[in-house]
Amino acid sequence: MEVLLALTIGTVTAAAVYLMLAGHMLRFIFGLVLISNAANLTIFLAGRLTEGAPPLIAEGADAPVAGVANALPQALVLTAIVIGFGLFAFAIVLVFRAWSALGTLNPDEMRLAEPRNEDAENQLSQEVKT
Amino acid sequence: MSWLLATPLALPFATAVLAFLLRHGPSGRWISLGGSVALLVVALVLMQAVLSEGVIAAQMGGWPAPFGITLVADLLSAVMVLITAIIAVAVAGYALVDADAEMERLGYHALFNVLIAGVVGAFITGDLFNLYVWFEVMLISSFGLLVLGGRPEQIDGGVKYVALNLVSTIMFLSGIGLLYGMTGALNLADLASAVDASDPALLTVVAVLFMIAFGVKAALFPLFFWLPASYHTPAFAVSAVFAGLLTKVGVYALMRMFTLVFDHDTSFTHSILLWVAALTMVTGVLGAAAQTDMRKILSFHIVSQIGYMIMGLALLTPLALVGAVFYLVHHIIVKANLFLIAGVAQRLTGSTELSRIGGLYKSAPLLAFLFFIPAFSLAGFPPLSGFWAKFLLVKAALDVEGWVIAAVALVVGLLTIYSMTKIWAAAFWEPHPDGMAPALTRLTASERGALLWPVAGLAAMTVMIGLMPEPFVAFAERAAAQLLDPQAYITAVLGDGS
Repeated sequence: MEVLLALTIGTVTAAAVYLMLAGHMLRFIFGLVLISNAANLTIFLAGRLTEGAPPLIAEGADAPVAGVANALPQALVLTAIVIGFGLFAFAIVLVFRAWSALGTLNPDEMRLAEPRNEDAENQLSQEVKT
Repeated sequence: MSWLLATPLALPFATAVLAFLLRHGPSGRWISLGGSVALLVVALVLMQAVLSEGVIAAQMGGWPAPFGITLVADLLSAVMVLITAIIAVAVAGYALVDADAEMERLGYHALFNVLIAGVVGAFITGDLFNLYVWFEVMLISSFGLLVLGGRPEQIDGGVKYVALNLVSTIMFLSGIGLLYGMTGALNLADLASAVDASDPALLTVVAVLFMIAFGVKAALFPLFFWLPASYHTPAFAVSAVFAGLLTKVGVYALMRMFTLVFDHDTSFTHSILLWVAALTMVTGVLGAAAQTDMRKILSFHIVSQIGYMIMGLALLTPLALVGAVFYLVHHIIVKANLFLIAGVAQRLTGSTELSRIGGLYKSAPLLAFLFFIPAFSLAGFPPLSGFWAKFLLVKAALDVEGWVIAAVALVVGLLTIYSMTKIWAAAFWEPHPDGMAPALTRLTASERGALLWPVAGLAAMTVMIGLMPEPFVAFAERAAAQLLDPQAYITAVLGDGS
């Protein structure tokens, strides 16, 4: 089971890296969603896998019996999912705004904040003329 | 003592909520300033307590360490909280004028205070996963601040900032998962001893993952490209607090993790850091030399200055860490101040592009004087604070016969002077290309007060650290000793039994 999950994490990460390097911001976001799920699965796997042993404490006892599932990674993953949800919502809206403001989602063409040298000189000389 | 550690977190959050509710009127800005002043008072009390009682720790919710979340302040954490509060007061004062009505309506003051809460939280948490949460608090509010107003340049810079920082976040999260899987611990003090039982080779892999994650946050070579792409786009009150604090949280996290947890194979991990430090200094300063906009030059200088701090961490001798701590404090004050001054210069002359401005020395000599102090402190002129910071680090490098890194540090210092004289000559000495006289009287009296008092206060601190460095160096020595021998930190968190 560990091997299967590890292979899944590897595949998801590979797909995510492919998407993130595709030179398109929307694909980048999709890649980011995928890779963050790979990270969540890593945490889940790091807590060791158990089958059919929920971490419940029997009535009257102080501690669960040995060998139950580790609840901490699940709490960590839950926190990470919630935070990730907020960040991705923001990132998607930002990419949408970038598309409407800049007219492109190719990161190589998004040069408004860092214009190429010749563009900057053109802009300066045009302003001097006007 | 738990209130003393929880208050610096609760205060900015409470301020943020109030400022958000009152964002439609002018009272939000005064609440923000008041909350920052209150934070400064609490930070001073915390500093006093840490100085007199040593490391203090508090277990949140009454869960004993290492099971609950621990807040812990040693000297490094305490001084970082104090300096954060100082910057918060300065920027909140500056923002009384600089944040316009539109920014206020969109919640500038609320986001600013949440950002401060995130920074303070990262400095005083003693739990790795909690550190991740504070990083996220800081990140999401910085996203908001960066694109506030929504000019196309801001959106463009914001996309790059958001994309690269989210990648770093995921690296950090994976690193936490792997470290937890290997050790079963998340509490930093617990991790310090728990990692000893794990496979050193595997531990080094995880260490490098953390190095990359924090390296993006700290803007290290070759992971810094988000910084010069975005820091010149938002309002000046935003970029000043970013420049002062955000990358330094990454530096702090590196200093904490690579002295407390990842000290098993320093000949490998810290040699990487040393190379990275040298390359960060050089690329940063060369990048700055190629720029012609004041804020872009200053942004690249953040990168090159981060290299000095990492150099101190990489050398890992007592004197080098003293230098790194001293540098950290000096740099935050100077860098935030330079961005604030760039804001005043932009208000007076209409731009930060060096070819379009000038005449500030003749028309606004006070501003020229106030610029001169942090600019030449950054370059390392004696007797300003930057001289002592660089002196300590170069001395530490020479002590361990690190001739190359010492030479790099000195040459980068010289090139920093080149950039600063470039700004000085173009913006201050040369006449304005349109023949205007950018005198300070172009601002109203209240604008002058709100913009210049924070600048003057931070400049006074730079001069004070420069003229009497002894108490600050003595403090940095104590803080560095705590980093090198974390037993006091571990005992404070886990109790005497450890």
